[in-house]
Amino acid sequence: MTNIGPDVQVAVEGPGGPVETTAPTDAPEPRPAGTRARPAWRMLLPTMTPWLATGLVLIAGVVLLGVVGPYLVGDPDAISDVGLAPPSAEHWLGTTQTGQDVLAQLAYATRGSLQIGLMVGVLATLLSAFFGIYGAYLGGAADEGFSLLSNVFLVIPGLPLVIVISGFVPRESRGLWTIAVVLALTSWAASARVLRAQTLSVRSRDYVAASRLSGEKPWRVIGVEILPNLLPVLASQFVYAVIAAILGEAGLSFLGLGASNASTLGTMLFYAQNGFALPLGAWWWFVPPGLVIALFGMGLSLVNFSIDEIINPRLKNARTARRRANAARRAARRTEAAR
Amino acid sequence: MNYVLRKLGFYAVALWAAVTLNFLIPRLLPGNPVDILLAKLQQRGGTVTPETREAYSALLGGDTTDSLLQQYGTYLSNLVHGDLGVSVTYFPTPVSEVIGTSMPWTVVLVGIATVLAATIGVLLGAFVGWRPGTWLDSAVPLTTLLAAVPYFWLALVLVYLLSRVLGWFPSQGGYDVVLDPGWSPEFIGSAIEYGFVPALTIVVASIGGWLLGMRNMMVSTLSEDYVLTARAKGLPHGQVMRNYAARNAVLPSVAGFAISLGFVVSGSVVTEQVFSYPGIGSRLLAAVTNNDYALMQGVFLFITLAVLGANLVVDLLYGLIDPRTRAKG
Repeated sequence: MTNIGPDVQVAVEGPGGPVETTAPTDAPEPRPAGTRARPAWRMLLPTMTPWLATGLVLIAGVVLLGVVGPYLVGDPDAISDVGLAPPSAEHWLGTTQTGQDVLAQLAYATRGSLQIGLMVGVLATLLSAFFGIYGAYLGGAADEGFSLLSNVFLVIPGLPLVIVISGFVPRESRGLWTIAVVLALTSWAASARVLRAQTLSVRSRDYVAASRLSGEKPWRVIGVEILPNLLPVLASQFVYAVIAAILGEAGLSFLGLGASNASTLGTMLFYAQNGFALPLGAWWWFVPPGLVIALFGMGLSLVNFSIDEIINPRLKNARTARRRANAARRAARRTEAAR
Repeated sequence: MNYVLRKLGFYAVALWAAVTLNFLIPRLLPGNPVDILLAKLQQRGGTVTPETREAYSALLGGDTTDSLLQQYGTYLSNLVHGDLGVSVTYFPTPVSEVIGTSMPWTVVLVGIATVLAATIGVLLGAFVGWRPGTWLDSAVPLTTLLAAVPYFWLALVLVYLLSRVLGWFPSQGGYDVVLDPGWSPEFIGSAIEYGFVPALTIVVASIGGWLLGMRNMMVSTLSEDYVLTARAKGLPHGQVMRNYAARNAVLPSVAGFAISLGFVVSGSVVTEQVFSYPGIGSRLLAAVTNNDYALMQGVFLFITLAVLGANLVVDLLYGLIDPRTRAKG
């Protein structure tokens, strides 16, 4: 619980924070290419678009709800005699069957989901970086082996495997970390494959070969020569890992197989389902948790869109070309009107 | 031919890995599944002979004196003979029979929904990506909302709207229980009626990924020289779109089928719980809540088998539509 503050900060800082700082210089009208060279590090940052701004706002909103929210709401477990009350001034999101405040539960559950998303995101990214980057760097049999391993993990369906593993672990030893490790173990494969492909293309460049020939240690070649090129890919894979983890954990908790000591958006939906929220028509009980997941996932995906434009400049070219065409059309219309 | 052999070899390895994983999981994790299972079995009125105990030990490990390798051998031979043990939840039905009756429901539901989602998503993606910059194209990021929606939550919302508020569709089960399962028109009609909302859930939740992937590839493909050449030749727009751009842009979507299918299967397992659908996902959950380890393992094995099979078919198809895979050898 205590370590969530700084960690969440990092998640927002990675794709989002630096962007905000560069936005003012960039936003009004991009300088025509060639007048002044942009600093090299700026090439690693996405350009601000309306969709990126939307994504950042969504992420910030959900993170605020999870980090600050719990201090502002009452006790999520406090029961009262106003059961299943629809949203009102007193209970903004209504109450559950036992009269618990849904908004209070939502704030705490969001915190739990963010926490597990972050834990799994970090673990899965580390695993995929190891199997993807290190394997591709070594080449030969190690690469073949790692690649086969990630391909096998890719085709084995993740959630059924997680369900089976959770089924075998006794409930009392099913803590937050157990669930996080199991989710990470079953979700690293896809990004390992992406990272491997990128590493293979970077690895064959001359400066990497020069660095290896001059006798640099492997960790230095990877850390200093290869890794900076992979940062956008790593960032986007991390973002996907967080989304996948939050979704996976929600599914697991919805089935009652989640961590026994955590309250997440999935456990909230589990209680809503088992409290007959659906037959009773208590939409305010089961709609908010899923909506928070969907909006947070959407925010992360929108940020990833902008990261994708760095990885695949063609997407960006298409966008800028489009904007230039629109501007030209507008200018033509203006001169037409002036005439 | 080489490509086909390589793919077959890979899926053989994947199958072996899944089977071995299935063997190792109960042995590596804490707890003694055999004792819990036998206690449950006695509760249900089963007689526990030393042979039963031995059979379950072969499946789940536990207090046998055999070495791990011997256990593995027994496990494999039981598997080959289709002997997956007896289900505790549905005692005294054998696990293979439980799976046999529930598998078709899931395969048909997930199969139809996936094919529909992929077709609609790819067509829409090709259409939107063909003209980047229209209002439709700038709305594409909205589909990420669909991609991030949890399947089971979407199912809850759809059931609430379509079944509870509007009353158009039944909300629970896979068919009208007064009908006898069979190939009669009434039964198939009722299965379609009951399966509509689950299928809609899967289609809506998975269409965004297909659309987005296709759209991005389409935009990348449009800047290729051969598209420019085709346009310069004065070919009709529709022909350039279909035969030059879309045809090449669709390849990564097909190649990425494995990842998509994994997500869909994972999502639909949880979704079946919402609908109490008589498919394999509900069986898996029933097995987990009842500590029915034999059924759990059997279901996991069959889900994996089905997913591997579907991926193999798609991979072989990919070899047909992309000649480069065959040329590389």
